[in-house]
Amino acid sequence: MAEPLLAIDRLDVFHGDFQALYGVEAEIAAGEMVAVIGANGAGKTTLLSALAGLLPRPAAAIRWQGSPIGALRADRVARLGIALVPEGRLLFPSLTIEENLIIGGRMGRRGPWGLEAVYRLFPILRERRAFAPAQLSGGQQQMAAIGRALMANPALILIDEISLGLAPVVVRQLYEVLPAIVGEGMAAIVVEQDTSRALSVSRRFYCLQEGRVALAGASGSVTREAIGRAYFGV
Amino acid sequence: MDVTRASRLTRLAGIAGLLLVVLLALAPWWAGRADLRLLGEVFLYMALATLWNLLAGYAGLVSVGQQAYVGLGGYLLFALTILAGLPVPLALPLVLAAGAVVAVPVALLIFRLRGAYFAIGSWVIAEVFRLVAAQVAALGGGSGASLPPAVVRTLAEGRDLREAMAYWLAFGLATAVLAAAVAILRSRHGLALTAIRDNELAAKSLGIDIWRTKLLVYVAVGALTALAGALIFLQKLRISPDAAFAVNDWTAFVIFIVVIGGIGTLEGPILGTLVFFALRETMADLGTIYLIALGAVAIAVMLKAPQGLWGLIRARTGAELFPLSRKVTGIPSGS
Amino acid sequence: MEWVNAVLQGTLLGGLYALFAAGLSLIFGVMRLVNIAHGDLIVLAAYLALSITAGFGLHPLLALLLVVPAMGLLGYALQRGLINFTMGGDILPPLLVTFGLSVIIQNGLLMGYTADPQKLQAGALETASLTLLGLTAGVLPLLTFALAVAVIGALQWMFYRTAMGRAFRATSDRQDVALLMGLNRAHVFGLAMALSLAVTAIAGVLLGIRTGFDPAGGGARLIFGFEAVIIGGLGNLWGTLAGGVILGIAQAIGGQIHPGLQILAGHLVFLAVLAVRPRGLFPKMEG
Repeated sequence: MAEPLLAIDRLDVFHGDFQALYGVEAEIAAGEMVAVIGANGAGKTTLLSALAGLLPRPAAAIRWQGSPIGALRADRVARLGIALVPEGRLLFPSLTIEENLIIGGRMGRRGPWGLEAVYRLFPILRERRAFAPAQLSGGQQQMAAIGRALMANPALILIDEISLGLAPVVVRQLYEVLPAIVGEGMAAIVVEQDTSRALSVSRRFYCLQEGRVALAGASGSVTREAIGRAYFGV
Repeated sequence: MDVTRASRLTRLAGIAGLLLVVLLALAPWWAGRADLRLLGEVFLYMALATLWNLLAGYAGLVSVGQQAYVGLGGYLLFALTILAGLPVPLALPLVLAAGAVVAVPVALLIFRLRGAYFAIGSWVIAEVFRLVAAQVAALGGGSGASLPPAVVRTLAEGRDLREAMAYWLAFGLATAVLAAAVAILRSRHGLALTAIRDNELAAKSLGIDIWRTKLLVYVAVGALTALAGALIFLQKLRISPDAAFAVNDWTAFVIFIVVIGGIGTLEGPILGTLVFFALRETMADLGTIYLIALGAVAIAVMLKAPQGLWGLIRARTGAELFPLSRKVTGIPSGS
Repeated sequence: MEWVNAVLQGTLLGGLYALFAAGLSLIFGVMRLVNIAHGDLIVLAAYLALSITAGFGLHPLLALLLVVPAMGLLGYALQRGLINFTMGGDILPPLLVTFGLSVIIQNGLLMGYTADPQKLQAGALETASLTLLGLTAGVLPLLTFALAVAVIGALQWMFYRTAMGRAFRATSDRQDVALLMGLNRAHVFGLAMALSLAVTAIAGVLLGIRTGFDPAGGGARLIFGFEAVIIGGLGNLWGTLAGGVILGIAQAIGGQIHPGLQILAGHLVFLAVLAVRPRGLFPKMEG
């Protein structure tokens, strides 16, 4: 079997004294879209932060194309081609929208994404490119945050709570463009509380419950009941 | 079950401390004149260090302008005795009071600055005091003044008694400052301070009036620092704006002492003062190298052992000499 | 007329203070660091220029070609080798460490150069002056002011128009998200300190030509710079220039009233601004 793009092996993550993840095992292949679902506090955001290098984690627990990357600082992880769209968007408030995009592309990785491509994907950002992030709606900010991550031409994009706090129409719009993004050969891990939406766009899923993988499988064949049990642990 | 602050060690330390206090109070009978002066200086630095530690280590007010109060106290002593003709014993309590009175408006002004900017703002205040002092022609302006023998005699007749008095004042101040620090930290305000230091936001949500507590500490520390300044220049007998308001002597070294000893503990500044004088007395011949070493040691401690020497000792042994932290004792076993 | 003249001289002096302040303003903007040794580094730059002019027989302004990169390198090394290890949430470690640096630099200079005041010899530049409309201004103060405007304009351009400026602002905004952009925080901070000390080098050389210096003079320079930053408003570089000018004018007018009032008047104006507008006159950033 070919080496997966990213392999997670017995990943334990702590917030100080509090253990947030227990022996998480998962993997993702190049170009694949995987959903991570679970209730509030199940450890979804912690998992993405750990993958992006923002939290301390065991050096050998995360392998990128076969090499351990658990000891790398977040900026090194980013240079490998792993981009995070953080929960709450977290655009740089003192940079304009266009500057936020440009800084996302500063590592100079080659690929299909550039300012033009992002503006084609989200035309509203072109109109608002000279605005400060605070002047944009939540949905537009989310577009800018996704655009900023795409600008890095990552091999793997991690998207945290894409729909959090957004109007349903905006959420639908964002989910419509997701396949186009992954269609470019990029792998994606999408963290989502809206289970059915997450399952509908992904090929496989992992369901976290209290820091552990409670269920994993193909998104198309899982039953509502199985998800419910894994979600709430009943 | 009982909640207590005392442990066997603090009780032992209490007894040993009492013996030490008696021994040190008798120093004029067993120490030579030079040693007595050195001891007096040690105690004044110990007082300054304990006061700065209260300010920065407990109230989170990192000031680099405490030389303002040292100089103020010194100049007030000279003004009250030379210009107003008061005897030294009467001037000293007035210095203490004046220190508090001056500290209030200063606090109102510089409390508007936060963090490191508060620090430099406090330094600006000290510079203002220095420049004002340099304008006081009656006290020699920029070149300063000496305490006339007639004034010095109001402290005590005879040189030996005077030296002893100066020593006792220094020793008394250090003991009083330590006792006051223990009292403040054991009081309701002390609890509030600890809460503020650990988490300002949480303290606020508990309804602690942070601003008032900080003001109280700032004013008390200002008053006592002014008194320390008066005693320092009573010992030196000579004052000038540059010496009285020297940032290195009265703030930088004091901060180094506290950090090397262990900030946020009562034992730290005492230990730090002893280290400071040990370094000074052994390396004085090397001149400025000793100051460079002091700065380097302080940097190294801050980076490698931010809890200071006492923090290292406490981590190894769990020792605590002052009965501050509460311990629950007498829990029936098995419960 | 002598009052108008005082205002003019004060304005030009403000250029020097703005140069003291620009480096402070920059590193505060990027990493919220207040460098207590800033003034001592200005004095160190002046001594460096002194050795270079003496060693190579160069004019002090030409010595800048060596002093500026040397101070920049020193800044990068200091930041990466020392100050970065203090950059957590607590304000005490950076304060204490830069205070320690301050004492080390002062005493190091004392050992190397003695306590005697020194001056950089700039020949005719020191005494040359221009007269216009009955007002006379020295060429050196005019040059200093022009350099201050140029330096602040360049910093402003760098901050808002270049990739490095974007990196500075992004790191200042959100350090952890900046990491996600592949920005190495330690390196970004190192660059900011390098730039800060490069500006410090210019300030030090101009100070050395203008008034002379001694190892103990750093504290006053730090305070003047700090006052200019606060008067102008945190995070606003042009505000820092305005703050420097206000400080310079206050000192010049104070000195005109009574020579002993010169420095004091500057401090009093600073305290007055603090009392009335604690965030400065032209604030841009949360303190």
